[in-house]
Amino acid sequence: MTHQNFWHVLKSKKAMENVFTDQNFDQEVLGSEKPVVVDFWAPWCGPCQMMGPIVSQLAKDLGNDVKVGKLNVDENPQMAQKFSVMSIPTIIIFKAGAVKEQLVGVQDLDSLKNVLNKIK
Amino acid sequence: MMGNYDLIIIGAGPAGLSASIYASRYKLNHLVLGVSPGGQMGEIYEIENYPGFPSISGRELIEKFLEHSKKFGAEIRNESVVKIKKNETGLFEVETSFGIYQAQALIMAMGAVYRKMNIPGEKEYTGKGVSYCATCDAIFFKGKTVSVVGGGNSTVVVALELADFAKKVYLIHRGEKMSAEPAWLEKLNNLKNLEILKDNEVLEIKGKEKVEKIILTKPFNDKVSLSVDGVFIEVGTDPGVELAKKIGVETDEQNYIKVNADMSTNIAGIFGAGDITNGSNKFRQVLSACAEGALAAVGTYKMLKLK
Repeated sequence: MTHQNFWHVLKSKKAMENVFTDQNFDQEVLGSEKPVVVDFWAPWCGPCQMMGPIVSQLAKDLGNDVKVGKLNVDENPQMAQKFSVMSIPTIIIFKAGAVKEQLVGVQDLDSLKNVLNKIK
Repeated sequence: MMGNYDLIIIGAGPAGLSASIYASRYKLNHLVLGVSPGGQMGEIYEIENYPGFPSISGRELIEKFLEHSKKFGAEIRNESVVKIKKNETGLFEVETSFGIYQAQALIMAMGAVYRKMNIPGEKEYTGKGVSYCATCDAIFFKGKTVSVVGGGNSTVVVALELADFAKKVYLIHRGEKMSAEPAWLEKLNNLKNLEILKDNEVLEIKGKEKVEKIILTKPFNDKVSLSVDGVFIEVGTDPGVELAKKIGVETDEQNYIKVNADMSTNIAGIFGAGDITNGSNKFRQVLSACAEGALAAVGTYKMLKLK
């Protein structure tokens, strides 16, 4: 078992969130009409595993108003570098192609929603 | 209410998962709630003192723990506990962002959280060069210069990990002697890109957009300023006892949950296990956490089924 699919034992539900990559970032994130929440993560990062279900829940709760997704920094180093991500998990919220908020470390669901409410 | 259990284990590190394995063997209907499966162990680059595995990464060992506990029927939920209370019927209600679960007994195995240094620049540059998780962030420092602060086993393992990525690693330790296992210290001496600064401390972290240098208490190569791209802080951990204290679990002067030989606490029905307790002489090893988890599960069994 490689570490990429390492956490599969804990995943029961289908993911609600988007998957962002170096390739689709311009279109999916920067070009999005809705605000976008990007969770920068990697499979080997313990604290990122805490963010996983929170991000999924956020997508479920606010999916109509906000686009929510994850970006694997191991597979997509360009975007991590472009936005100076030096620690994961990092959450960046984009609106109209611009960075509105950059949050480092594990965030809880309610504080993420509060930040989004201020931005919307 | 989302389920009624004999036992809820809070924490899914070595202590929590070992407790789950034993709980399954003793046929306790139980739930494991953990924000980070594997806990701190998941961040350990290399473990060389867990019997049966001369050298294994924390991640691989968790994978085995998870597989093992799942095989015996563990229900593990990746949820963070926000509140614990005892209801009118004497059951414990454990609330997460996803629901409320109830059980007759609890094992608190929430582990420990990283200690901060509380120096200028630490908070400001967290995520901009300051990191508490080398396993998470080492990748961002490929070919760069980094410093590691601390002197214990975890510091040395982090230094070894970073030496695989970074161009240069400075290990800064405030004392003359480091408390890490001599076997680890020996490995440090073989690294060409690592330098140890003993009897020195970091006073301040400076930079602009991100970390650029640290200020030392004593000169190194005639200067107190040392250029680095990253500062990895490994100065120990403190027990994650917030939830336990709220419900009245007794802790010692260093904030560790006070446990008896059977891992019971001052509150009937609540047990402790792992890095969060004052057990095992506070050794804080994977091995001792596992042992405490096993004891706590058996303690729970005796309390619930043999009373």
